[in-house]
Amino acid sequence: MIYDVIIIGGGVTGCSIARTLSKYDLNICVIEKEAEIASGTTKGNSGVVHAGYAAQREYTKRYLCIKGNKLYTQAAKELNFPFERIGSFVVAIEDNQIKELEEERKKGTEDGIPGLELILDKKKIKEMEPNLTDDVVGVLHAPSAGLVSPYELSFALAENAAINGVKFFRNNEVVKIKHQDYTFTVRTYHGEFQTRNLINAAGLHAARISKMLGLDYFSIMPRKGEYVLFDRNAIHLNKILFPMPTKVSKGILVCPTLHGNTFAGPNAQNITDREDISTTTAGLKEILDGGRKLVPNLPLRSSIRNFAGLRAVPDTYDFIIDNTDIYGFINVAGILSPGLTATFAIAEKVVEFLELLGVELNVRDDYNPIRPKPERFKDFTKEVLDKKIQEDPRWGRIICRCETIPEKEIIDAIHAPVGANTVDGIKFRCRPGMGRCQGGFCRPRVIEILSREMNKPYEEITKRGEDTNILIGRTKDIALKEISRGVSKE
Amino acid sequence: MKKYSVDVAVIGGGSAGLAAAIVVKKSNLNVLILERDKELGGITLQCIHNGFGLHEFEEELTGPEYVQRFINQAIELDLAYKLDTMVIEITSDKVIYAVNNKEGLIEIKTKAIILAMGCREKTRGAINIPGFRPAGIYTAGQAQRFVNIEGYLPGRSYVILGSGDIGMIIARRLTWEGCQVKAVVEIQPYVSGLIRNEVQCLEDYGIPLITSYTVTKIHGKDRVQGVTISKVDRNFDRVIGSEKFIECDTLLLSVGLIPENELTREAGAEISEMGGPVVDNNLETTMEGVFACGNVLQVHDLVDLVTAEAKRAGLNAVDYIKNRYDKKIERKEIINCIAGENVNYVKPDLINQSDLSKDVIFTFRVKRPDRRLLIQFKDDKNRIIYKRKRSYVIPSEMLEIKLNLNEFNIDSNIKSIEIEVIPRPEVLIEED
Repeated sequence: MIYDVIIIGGGVTGCSIARTLSKYDLNICVIEKEAEIASGTTKGNSGVVHAGYAAQREYTKRYLCIKGNKLYTQAAKELNFPFERIGSFVVAIEDNQIKELEEERKKGTEDGIPGLELILDKKKIKEMEPNLTDDVVGVLHAPSAGLVSPYELSFALAENAAINGVKFFRNNEVVKIKHQDYTFTVRTYHGEFQTRNLINAAGLHAARISKMLGLDYFSIMPRKGEYVLFDRNAIHLNKILFPMPTKVSKGILVCPTLHGNTFAGPNAQNITDREDISTTTAGLKEILDGGRKLVPNLPLRSSIRNFAGLRAVPDTYDFIIDNTDIYGFINVAGILSPGLTATFAIAEKVVEFLELLGVELNVRDDYNPIRPKPERFKDFTKEVLDKKIQEDPRWGRIICRCETIPEKEIIDAIHAPVGANTVDGIKFRCRPGMGRCQGGFCRPRVIEILSREMNKPYEEITKRGEDTNILIGRTKDIALKEISRGVSKE
Repeated sequence: MKKYSVDVAVIGGGSAGLAAAIVVKKSNLNVLILERDKELGGITLQCIHNGFGLHEFEEELTGPEYVQRFINQAIELDLAYKLDTMVIEITSDKVIYAVNNKEGLIEIKTKAIILAMGCREKTRGAINIPGFRPAGIYTAGQAQRFVNIEGYLPGRSYVILGSGDIGMIIARRLTWEGCQVKAVVEIQPYVSGLIRNEVQCLEDYGIPLITSYTVTKIHGKDRVQGVTISKVDRNFDRVIGSEKFIECDTLLLSVGLIPENELTREAGAEISEMGGPVVDNNLETTMEGVFACGNVLQVHDLVDLVTAEAKRAGLNAVDYIKNRYDKKIERKEIINCIAGENVNYVKPDLINQSDLSKDVIFTFRVKRPDRRLLIQFKDDKNRIIYKRKRSYVIPSEMLEIKLNLNEFNIDSNIKSIEIEVIPRPEVLIEED
């Protein structure tokens, strides 16, 4: 079979394109190299939906960000992913920074960012965000900025795309692409896929994919950002807090999460290894020092996890969204910040390109834009909860005690369209292992459920795909092997 | 929604919960244990090594043997319990909401509650080790569960970070399984678990204990391939140039335990800085009629000590129901107990003035090891109430002192008692 469109990359960009295209009567598939979608740059993202003032006017990303921000309202309604417009502050701590903020406000307002406001009344600022440093002299308040969970957004997009007919092939790393007779043949370790139109949304690997077709006009640099996550009881912020931006980055922010935690980060470190999500002592110190400039009482003792994410930074420092010289091959590369915000605008741009390529875009009769909200134990009232457990006792068996996740949510995550097949996949979908104990209690139980639902032995259950098995075998196995070896030596 | 009404609900059916519930049941009150796991016994069930019961039964038992004695007693007494039952809320008027897969949501009205939820292990995030996020990193307790309960091995060659008791015990257990434990790495200059475990679990098996070192990097992308350890100085800053690489496929963390008090906090009880609830000399939290015992209150060295504490909590809950429940007795003036020099924490946090005629059991830990010491109790005017000599102290050993404060002619207006562990002045020459 020849697909109409193949998307390489199951990050938020690929999923968003897939979902937008799933509206049309097309045969589409997404090819992802990891065991789960949203495993690359999407996973280690701040989850901030930016207002759009930060990127300078010469960049496409500025305009796609401003547009993308607006598209979130409708998308969140349809797809039911966690999203809240809580607003952001850019924090000035020196008087001479105020002018800069006013400049941003003026330009941003001209470009259509709603509600931008410069606040100089310190009392008012502290009322809005009591944890902010006393050194604040003024803030740029952007009420349209918000928080989204990037991976939950991706899961919602993928699920909705899948029920509208998009196929997802995970564990399929692209090794070769051939282009002949207006057909692309994409080879992975596990198979071959053919398509008329090929979209490269391979994130950090986008330049490599483009090169497979001989297009070598950009490069992607991995830039690492480290984060520190704090326990939800430790501190509570109302606003996303940015320092004054520097040339390379928006700086280390301190930000609440949708789940009530707080994080600080990211720093910015150019690296060479595209999979290096290691964290460093110096980096963590940098984050805590940076974070404390905004929130002096950041509770170090309550940090529950540190992690790093990678941004796919193109040499142009701007999004590379091109209908390339190869007919039918579209690059969607270098989607660095504010790529998450721009994601719906980027997908619309791809639709325009496909139209230009002459792809017939007829809306499917059975298109369903709604992805129902996953049912969550925590959202139920006591009455509903009782009813739910009576209907399905698996609601009553709590697997993760830190986050109160019942067996039913985990089973739903496994059997959802494009569902979880690894321990991390479950963790990112419904949070067991995200809490204070970081899986200490629930991991054996999650393995038990995965093993049962996927009909696989314990040893084959992985953390996040090939070579990340959690258990190596039954007890006595090693000892018995040693003994038999000893005997044969004699 | 199913509704119940009991005299005492005990949250947690491990060693603490069982001992407390049995005491209550024997006083002919109506008691119910709520256990979130599928069987009674708690974490002691996965501690299949011996060394339990020396205080309580004067014989040496394994963990499961020890706790089974309590389970048997509970069954003989026809003690009520619910398994697979997770408490999701405790209200300020002591109503408990819990769920299980048989009854759905249940509401339990209580006169008194005993908190016995135990503790959890600290994890990697809390100690911020840099490196990748490969498979092969577990807490020691998790590994213990995999090996002893599930019957699976998490890896072949191990480095264990932290010389907590569980870490040392699992090191021996894994060695028996034919696995290789390359080293136990401890950031402090001394072992953090009990000396007997250092001897019996590490020395006897030739497992190196590397003190004043910590893991500074984890190698491997998919699976752990090794760790870098570095020497640390007095301030725990790493000494540049001291890095050593150790090849292993699994890193276990045994970096300490913290009381599990999310429910307690949400219920509105005050939590002390070390993580356990604030309790008075009756083990009663700042919520009237809500008691705490076992590792949810403070992390104990030995399960026998948990049992003893739990029995006290049970008796105090009984006393509360019989003498104070529904009587609106105002809390009398209280005395704060303060951790002074080289003391990490003290339980109880508070003493009721009205209880001064009773024995008060003080439990506390020191911050660092030391020798030739004086343990002193001072009041808020710096007057010494009580002192005792001690030849050595180590953080891994919980200290316990039972005092009847009335015997020491203390000022009736004192607001606080401070406990300090200080070097013994040279003039005192007799040894204890």
